[in-house]
Amino acid sequence: MGYIGSAVKRVEDKRFLTGKGQYTDDIVLPNMTHAVIVRSPHAHATIKSIDASAALAHPGVVAVFTGQDMVDDGIASLPNGWAIGEDQNEPPHYPLAPDRARHVGDGVAVVIAEDKATAMDAAEKVVVDYEVLPSVTSSEVAIAPGAPLVHDDAPNNTSFLWELGEKAATDEAFEKAHHVTTLEFVNQRLVANAIEPRSAIGDYNPYRDDLTLYTSSQNPHLIRLLMCAFVMGLPEHKVRVVSPDVGGGFGSKIFHYPEEVICAWTTRKLGRPVKWTAQRSESFLTDCHGRDHISKAEMAFDANGKMLGLRVKTLANLGAYLSTFSCAVPTYLYGTLLAGQYTTPNIYVHVTGVLTNTTPVDAYRGAGRPEATYLVERLVDLAAHEMDMDPAELRRKNFIPPDAFPYDTPVALQYDSGNYERALDKALEMIDYTKLREQQRKALLDGKLIGIGFSCFIEACGIAPSKVVGLLGARAGLYESASIRVHPTGKVQVFTGSHSHGQGHETTFAQIVATELGLDLGDVEVVHGDTGQIPFGMGTYGSRSLAVGGSAIVKALDKIKAKARKIAAHKLEAAEDDLEFTDGNFIVKGTDRSVAFGDIALTAYVPHDYPEGVEPGLEENGFYDPVNFTYPFGTHISVVEIDRETGKVDLLRYVCVDDVGNVINPMIVDGQMHGGIAQGIGQALYEGAHYDEDGQFITGSFMDYNFPKADALINFETDRTVTPCPHNPLGVKGAGEAGAIAATACVANAVMDALYHRGVKDLPMPLTPERVWKALNSNGHA
Amino acid sequence: MKHSISVTVNGVTHEASVDARTLLVDFLRDHLHLTGTHVGCDTSQCGACTIHIDGASVKACNMFAVQADGATIKTIEGRASNGTLQPLQESFKEEHGLHCGFCTPGMIMSAADLLQHNPNPSESEIRHALEGNFCRCTGYHNIVKAIQSAAQKM
Ligand code: FES
Ligand code: FES
Repeated sequence: MGYIGSAVKRVEDKRFLTGKGQYTDDIVLPNMTHAVIVRSPHAHATIKSIDASAALAHPGVVAVFTGQDMVDDGIASLPNGWAIGEDQNEPPHYPLAPDRARHVGDGVAVVIAEDKATAMDAAEKVVVDYEVLPSVTSSEVAIAPGAPLVHDDAPNNTSFLWELGEKAATDEAFEKAHHVTTLEFVNQRLVANAIEPRSAIGDYNPYRDDLTLYTSSQNPHLIRLLMCAFVMGLPEHKVRVVSPDVGGGFGSKIFHYPEEVICAWTTRKLGRPVKWTAQRSESFLTDCHGRDHISKAEMAFDANGKMLGLRVKTLANLGAYLSTFSCAVPTYLYGTLLAGQYTTPNIYVHVTGVLTNTTPVDAYRGAGRPEATYLVERLVDLAAHEMDMDPAELRRKNFIPPDAFPYDTPVALQYDSGNYERALDKALEMIDYTKLREQQRKALLDGKLIGIGFSCFIEACGIAPSKVVGLLGARAGLYESASIRVHPTGKVQVFTGSHSHGQGHETTFAQIVATELGLDLGDVEVVHGDTGQIPFGMGTYGSRSLAVGGSAIVKALDKIKAKARKIAAHKLEAAEDDLEFTDGNFIVKGTDRSVAFGDIALTAYVPHDYPEGVEPGLEENGFYDPVNFTYPFGTHISVVEIDRETGKVDLLRYVCVDDVGNVINPMIVDGQMHGGIAQGIGQALYEGAHYDEDGQFITGSFMDYNFPKADALINFETDRTVTPCPHNPLGVKGAGEAGAIAATACVANAVMDALYHRGVKDLPMPLTPERVWKALNSNGHA
Repeated sequence: MKHSISVTVNGVTHEASVDARTLLVDFLRDHLHLTGTHVGCDTSQCGACTIHIDGASVKACNMFAVQADGATIKTIEGRASNGTLQPLQESFKEEHGLHCGFCTPGMIMSAADLLQHNPNPSESEIRHALEGNFCRCTGYHNIVKAIQSAAQKM
């Protein structure tokens, strides 16, 4: 067993606990300059002219560049990483807008100065002559006839129309239905709000003609690829991208951002390092937002409560430009998940991808799957109420049974494994469901509003089988790579293409390698986030690091062990097949003759007595391309109490049973659940990003955008079942997003469960005291 | 115009000349290279910049460097001696009270201040004391546990 499955304390913690972490903004390079970006205050405006003379005359200013300067120098558009159909409309996205600003916060010029304060002062002296244009921020309004066009070449502000499932069969199922539950709702826009603001430093070395970009990214190799091949036309081997310690991402740091190009381009122009760090207000305006769907969804049931069909129409707001993975999120990461845990035989979903004068929308923790889960789980919950059934039992009745796997859903996925009832039962037991319903009834007699909410969710993660996503329009493979270097003394370095920005890879990955090679944890170091050291990588998102990155490590380990076995066989004068490898020793079976892994490492580098035909050294690469997604699932149950006087929702309990497959480090998995649940609760109760009618972003600071603080949350009761993933070597599925995917629907359902009896069918999120109070005081007509 | 200040940070006295508008947090980070104190916002809310001034916790982004003239300051770098974690830091590690680590220095400084005044806080007292320290990673669950466990140890 070694370290696998045990709650090993994290090796990365010490530097963070002592203030010695190194985030991008902590890096100081000799002769470094500081960039501040001049951003559009208008949602939509033509840039008539930019006068930088006063800024340039400001003491300490080094340079000012505009979007047109970059275009003139051959800088191209940031690429869209995922095409939805051949006729998708993909408007260009220049790092600085050359002619027209399309959302508040769109960059139009960059001021570079000796220090940041000077750059900020000078940025105020850049005079931009704007001609304000009519703007549109709502996807519903944007596709209506006569709406202002965000891009002249994108009619109806539509980037794509996408559908999945059998429409005719689904319509037919609805015709036969005994009961249909319908919801029209908004899955509101959110801001990820990683606590570290984004930052980048470009550092060009003219003597070597090479460029280093430090960036707070979840995805350094992909940034290098996109920036070099698509935007700047730079030779990849002359560019190194480093993502050092990164202070949270939650999706918002996956994408290739304008500021990375701006720093990389300006450092080449100036021959000096250029640093840019977002102020929080800039983060709000320019970190990609999440969600923002408007949907109509209907679920059809027969008289016994068996699901017959699901019909969905969604408008997905993509913002002003197509961010890297923006188009995959409301399609392949959303529509494909609409079967949930259920045997719904007919599903049809139609999605319109809409361009608006808002910050680009892309993946935020869960990315498409929380939207799908919210939709399915709210419908099931409301249906149970409408059909007067217990919500747990309605779900149970429709679960895909454990013997039905692998299971082909009507929306393109093949679920590999699962046992949904086991997770539900465990959660029901943890919360003592029967008693809880009794308490709820009694409380109501005392005038107390208690609600119990469920979320039986599934996600597709471990993203992704390259062949499958290639057919679906992805412009990248989604495998992962790893390299393992055994040093002559037997100490090991693991180079992974996954990136940790809180997930604890330095510990989890070391647990795997130390266990497999029979080493002490301290003898293994995990290196990530540096294209200069790591062969390749596709980064961290979609709960993929362990399932895909960890599997790549296993691939490399297998090669290391195979070679070590050859060397051991030679040293022990035995056949390879006669050796067993346990606890770091190769042993000739049935004897006491053995050689330690450390001796083999030394022999590999001092090959005096060495097997014929074997290369010296002990270092191997592994690439792993998954054969399928992984499918974590679980049941979350929450209990809330609503204050009748104020409408305030108090969380009383939050219980979750998750199945993430095998677990390497339970402490870290629980921690990921906690964080995800907190974000999911945030969407249900607190968070929402808003634009006013002029396209001004009115939730652009921590004062205006409310996400849960310590006093708004409770302790979470976590447990799990283990259904190992059948198709990756570790049997793991991924744990980063489950909490966020499940919790929003779970808490929203709990609030509604407390209100159904008042005739309230649905309320928009976030379920603020104001909204709940109004519902309570509208005589049942919310 | 520059102003001369003298501050003692983690036991070392620094004489410096700063602009009137230089924030204390920028002084610590840019002038003294104490980058453990982080900046997470521009509205004095996130608490990533929390330090101690004359023994009390303060948001270093909410104060000018000149205002700290003559003060005794402690930052996260001043807590562990020779790399040995203090019990509070140790508890954060034991209880997995940090993920990305960005909020952590401020959390530790706030928690230390809480424990100074209230050596045995309840869960709800801890949660209220952390209102001004934002963490987007942990859901606070293990941060609360870490502080409870530190309180028991100390
Ligand atoms: S940086 Fe000081 S409170 Fe946010
Ligand atoms: S650990 Fe990442 S913000 Fe708290």
